[in-house]
Amino acid sequence: MNSFSLIWSNLFRRRVRTFLTLFSIIAAFLLFGLLRSVADAFDSGVEVAGVDRLTVSPKYSIIDGLPVSHMSQILATPGVAGVTHSTWFGGTYQSTANFFPKFPVEPRAYFEMFDEYIIDPAQLDEFERIRTAAVAPADLAEEYGWQVGDRIPIEGDIWLREDGSRRWEFELVGIYRIRDDENMFAGFLFNYDYFDEARIPETEGIISNFSVRVSDPDEAAEVSARIDAQFENSINPTRTATEAEANRQFAAQVGDIGLIMNSILSAVFFTILLLTGNTMAQALRERVPELAVLKTLGFTDRRVALLVLLESVLLCGIGGALGIALATLVLGAIAPDLAAFLGQVEMSAMTTFGGLGIAVLLGIVVGLNPALSARRLQVVEALRR
Amino acid sequence: MGIIQLNQVSRHFTKGRQKVEVLNDLDLEIEEGDFLALMGPSGSGKTTLLNLIGGLDQPTAGSVEVAGRQLVGLSSRKLAQWRSRNIGFIFQFYNLLPILSARRNVELPLLLTRLGGRQRRRNADVALAIVGLGDRAGHKPGELSGGQQQRVAIARAIVADPRILVCDEPTGDLDRETADEILDLLELLNREHGKTIIMVTHDPKAATHARRTLYLDKGSLVREAA
Repeated sequence: MNSFSLIWSNLFRRRVRTFLTLFSIIAAFLLFGLLRSVADAFDSGVEVAGVDRLTVSPKYSIIDGLPVSHMSQILATPGVAGVTHSTWFGGTYQSTANFFPKFPVEPRAYFEMFDEYIIDPAQLDEFERIRTAAVAPADLAEEYGWQVGDRIPIEGDIWLREDGSRRWEFELVGIYRIRDDENMFAGFLFNYDYFDEARIPETEGIISNFSVRVSDPDEAAEVSARIDAQFENSINPTRTATEAEANRQFAAQVGDIGLIMNSILSAVFFTILLLTGNTMAQALRERVPELAVLKTLGFTDRRVALLVLLESVLLCGIGGALGIALATLVLGAIAPDLAAFLGQVEMSAMTTFGGLGIAVLLGIVVGLNPALSARRLQVVEALRR
Repeated sequence: MGIIQLNQVSRHFTKGRQKVEVLNDLDLEIEEGDFLALMGPSGSGKTTLLNLIGGLDQPTAGSVEVAGRQLVGLSSRKLAQWRSRNIGFIFQFYNLLPILSARRNVELPLLLTRLGGRQRRRNADVALAIVGLGDRAGHKPGELSGGQQQRVAIARAIVADPRILVCDEPTGDLDRETADEILDLLELLNREHGKTIIMVTHDPKAATHARRTLYLDKGSLVREAA
């Protein structure tokens, strides 16, 4: 026997209570692992975006849209090397569960702008030539079993056709892949000209945002200011930012993801703090005579306090480690389903070690008061109990 | 000079505004190898005296020198370290840790030594063999009778080879026959292993196993019987 086995034995003296507490801690850290990883996925989208590109969005809301006629002015702005646009299409493929982003784009200009998307030149020619053509990222095509030549029907929700129908049909003419960057938010792309001509006339010429390539990334801020200045007094003012900032603003439309996640986790950990604290306090009360015996045998006040504290740290540490391990397994299982929404979702080292750190900290906070009580315990009085 | 030397020892407690005098100017000397029974009515100060000798409590006044060390004024940490080397405690209700096997209970004091794990287990097994429980090493206290639990407690008290055993009503929770077995064991430890034993008891028959008996009343020694 050693001090660790003494702590271990004490921990499991009331197995049901210990296991219930342990399960609560595991559940808390499972939630921590999952939520932090989702929040990281949002941040990850922000961080990987290129800084040599800018995104020009409507100033006030992504719902407003921008007139495609802005494009020539943007292209003429000093410092701008290229410009293209895309539009958030929404829409449903077969079922609302089959979510993936869909954008009408200018085929050649779009692939020139996003050179991390790799497409066969012949397929790009087809994409440009055929009005109803569409291309899909390889993982999406694989997921739905699409082959070049398939017809893909999409039920529109934001954008209706001129005849009032919602059904849009596209011919898959190409499959593209993403160069060395699995974390890009790639979409189902189709021909903007077809989209613009077929939609109801009142919405013609409206796009969601422009992507702008700057001549010199170091001048991105100045170029950004110049673009916005041009449209400041128009009825469609713009907000130009790096892609990173645009992604952040997009996420912010949903809400402050980090704040939401942290608020949930704070509530969870506060509850766990109370629950585990109560368990440890109860465990101490039951063991007062035993702790007094240890002191009688010659265990110092400090050593007894340390035994109690380490018991708490061990309980929270085991719960935290198991919870995070479980979260890793769960993430592995659900990551493919989340990929279309969030890109790659995985447990980062920061989340893993941060979680373990929080578990240890939780153990210290929870065990501190019982440990101090154990330290203060007077042998003679305690033995009388 | 004896292994235990108490001079002018007083111990007072305060309950609210009332001062309770438990021990008054007590002088006591116990030679090494003695087996002393302490008797007296409830509240006479027997356990308080035992606690002072065992280094669990400090006197209000006077000096307590045990095993060559003046205990008055020692810090809690130093007293704990001193206890682990010099005193073995045996309680009325055994005070074993229910979650640990007999062997592990006996091994507890050895966690404070520099012995390795294997040596600690070996010493614990020897101590259990001395008290006749070599075959019960793997049992937990709940699986042992009262007498067996007290034997485990005695093994725990002697495993670190202390010079002094302090026993507070060691047979108070046992039937006559089992009590006699425990007292015989204490006698053996005193006679064969040279342990100095101070035993608080209410049982006159238990006291007959001691070499001498001291009577306490109202915090003072009133008489001594050989």
